[in-house]
Amino acid sequence: MTAPLTPEQADRLAVSWRDAPGLWGFLTTVDHKRIAARYILTVVLLMFLAGMLALDMRLQLAWPDMGRMTPQLYNESFSLHGSTMLFLVSVPVMEAMAIWLVPLMLGQRALAFPRLAAFSYWLYLGGVLMLWVPHAVGITPDLGWFEYPPLSGPGYAPGHRADIWAQMITFTEVAALAASVNVVATVLKMRPPGMTLARIPVFVWSQAIAGLMTIFSLPAVMLVTSMLIADRLVSTQFFAPAAGGDPILFQHLFWWFGHPEVYIIFLPAAGFVSMIVETFSRRTLFGHVAVVLSMLGIAALAFGLWVHHMFAVGLPRLGNDFYTAASMAVALPAGLQIFCWIATLWSGRPRFDTPLLWVLGFIATFVIGGLSGVMAASAPLDQQITDTYFIVAHFHYVLIGGAILPLLGAFCYWYPKATGRLMSERLGKLAFWLIVGGFNLGFFPMHLLGLMGMPRRVYTYSEGMGWGPLNLVATLGSAIAVAGGLVFVANAWWSRRHGALAGPDPWGGSTLEWAVPSPPPQHNFDHLPVVDSLTPLWTQKEALQVMTGLAVERREVLVTSVIEATPEYRQKSPKPSIAPLFSALAVTILFIGSIFTPWALVWGAVPLAAALIAWFWPQRERATTGPLAVRR
Amino acid sequence: MSDARPCTIVGDVSGLPESASGAKHLVWWGNIGFMAIEGTAFALAAGTYLYLMSQTHGWPPAGIRPPDLFWPAILTLGLLLSELPNLWVRRRAIAKDERGVRFGTLGMTIFGLVLLIPRALEFAHLNVHWTDNAYGSVLWMLIILHTSHLITDIGDTAVQAVWLFTHEVGDDQFADVEDNANYWTFVVLSWLPIGALIYLAPRLG
Ligand code: HEM
Ligand SMILES: [Cu+2]
Repeated sequence: MTAPLTPEQADRLAVSWRDAPGLWGFLTTVDHKRIAARYILTVVLLMFLAGMLALDMRLQLAWPDMGRMTPQLYNESFSLHGSTMLFLVSVPVMEAMAIWLVPLMLGQRALAFPRLAAFSYWLYLGGVLMLWVPHAVGITPDLGWFEYPPLSGPGYAPGHRADIWAQMITFTEVAALAASVNVVATVLKMRPPGMTLARIPVFVWSQAIAGLMTIFSLPAVMLVTSMLIADRLVSTQFFAPAAGGDPILFQHLFWWFGHPEVYIIFLPAAGFVSMIVETFSRRTLFGHVAVVLSMLGIAALAFGLWVHHMFAVGLPRLGNDFYTAASMAVALPAGLQIFCWIATLWSGRPRFDTPLLWVLGFIATFVIGGLSGVMAASAPLDQQITDTYFIVAHFHYVLIGGAILPLLGAFCYWYPKATGRLMSERLGKLAFWLIVGGFNLGFFPMHLLGLMGMPRRVYTYSEGMGWGPLNLVATLGSAIAVAGGLVFVANAWWSRRHGALAGPDPWGGSTLEWAVPSPPPQHNFDHLPVVDSLTPLWTQKEALQVMTGLAVERREVLVTSVIEATPEYRQKSPKPSIAPLFSALAVTILFIGSIFTPWALVWGAVPLAAALIAWFWPQRERATTGPLAVRR
Repeated sequence: MSDARPCTIVGDVSGLPESASGAKHLVWWGNIGFMAIEGTAFALAAGTYLYLMSQTHGWPPAGIRPPDLFWPAILTLGLLLSELPNLWVRRRAIAKDERGVRFGTLGMTIFGLVLLIPRALEFAHLNVHWTDNAYGSVLWMLIILHTSHLITDIGDTAVQAVWLFTHEVGDDQFADVEDNANYWTFVVLSWLPIGALIYLAPRLG
């Protein structure tokens, strides 16, 4: 087959990749775009819920001596807000973007393991329900987003609040691990012909590196929450000092995951920024190699740094000095990236559409957050400000500035690809100014409150402390930012029907996703693109170079070599299946059961094994040879 | 036509094979990914053991005998010996020998099930209960972690054997057999440091 597909063949191809209609198609789909869309809609809903919790807390803190929230309700609110924002929003949304974008950027029709992606979403949903269904019936974790023993141990946290938190983590982490293995394998083995390592788009790099970091960091938190559940359920003594255990062990394992997690969120965000800066500067990214290397550098440093969350526990002197220096060292690669983005903008012909606005807002905000981070990385200073509002300000600057603002930019940037329509620029700009302005107004004063001594996690304060006015400003700013968030969502909702038609490539992008129609058909690409540069759509202006020869009457993808991306073989891509959903349900039964009895690990394994066998059972002809051959 | 741009055809992949073996195969990389995850979990669990050991005076704590050596010695020997048939099955898979992988996976299933006997007896000779102290807790954690991998892989091998005997074996399934054999090697090799911690560290510490 060396001619382009005939219309009949193209139709046949589309049919091969099409989902079943209706509910069955919904439950069985393995289309990476549908799965990612599901992830993103769930995240938006959760952001709304967690945002409402935040607003509720800010109202409580707006004036001194308020009584509208009890201390217990306040504890539950920040625990639920923090856990949701980190475990159910930030990490999953980055994975969702990878699941949606990586195959498109690689010119592929599917991920390496389509069913694993479906499984990952269903498990993530299990984690969401694990946290929010008990909340609806009044059982909410109340020990913050990291639940340290002994407070969370059997002695001080009766009932099941802490178990719910711990098992919610297990759900989301298994989901994240599944997604990461999928993305990493796709990047290594399913790049288009010609896309050598040096020609991988920065965003794809960022997701591959974040995926590797996930693989090496998340097992720590699964291990430690399992140990916590074991201490609570079957009386192991991991964290019980009287029996030779050690609560600090929890912190070490938790931060082995928790520190890299910040970068697992931040690296994909840096990937968004790189793509947006390139497109809207209308030139190739300045310092591509430097940006990728600094991502690798950040990943390597991140694993050395967990101790800096524990300065206050009293580690050996030299330890503290070393980690202070190493923590500050992260500023170097991060600074290098920012330099490359600014240089690209400077030497390009920037177009200030909303995606780029978000990036500029990100750069400004992130620099402030980074500076306060360097301050907190110094062990002596951290002793003073740890557990004050300075820290609350710092991590919101890093998380909102470093991840959420680029995410919103990415959302505006790829929205037309996903829906076929552009978002309104006017509403977009309004949302931008409300969010960035409201956020800075709301969170900058918290630095000052921290220096004035206001501790975090207090449900109120007395008038005499003099913290009233700044808190009122903080609440006002937060409310403006939340209003901006609502405008953003309204814009997305409205533009789906009424936005201007986008066409395949509204921004003049350089990477392969812009070569397909918007929204892309279920099989993404009719032909296999061939890449000759980092910016294939800019170097192949006249016509896209492609290869033919994948099957049209069944699902097939091309597998290429790891370094040079030379074609190796054609791989059958799995059809839709209900097995991932059943497997996730079986895992859910096992996880929930194991809060109540350790035997759940035994009987829960039975349905799980059945579901996994159904999943992996290859569909082939019955044997005609050997002792169990069918007789004809 | 759904591609939104005009295109020129520069190649054709229809002549490529429909499967591959070893590191060329996509699934091989998925397998490596899961080994990396589990290897990290093993390493962190081992780190936990060493950490608790460094925090405790006397290892095992006073009054506790180290776990007995007889059954783990049998198991370790058995695991190492199992590599002989295991590597043979792997070679049969690469050679796409249908009969070889059918009887090979059956044999490995039986071998694995037999190995569960010394493993079960090990549990009875740890000389400490997980509720006694942190030493006991971490000891049980390590051995349960390893046992769960052992059981998982034996189960996987058993299912594979059933499938292979009842179906015509294609190239992708030979690759699956190869991956499963690699996974067994992973389970064997991970036992060496974990077993050393459980049985030797209390005697040296
Ligand atoms: C306008 C948006 C937001 C507002 C008004 C807000 C407000 C708050 C407030 C009032 C607290 C409690 C502080 C305390 O009492 O110590 C808090 C804690 C927290 N927030 Fe936010 N937040 C917002 C967005 C976010 C986002 C987007 C993230 C993450 C991506 C996030 C992550 C956290 C975390 C991790 C905590 C700590 C919870 C704990 O102490 O365990 N927040 N936030
Ligand atoms: Cu950190």
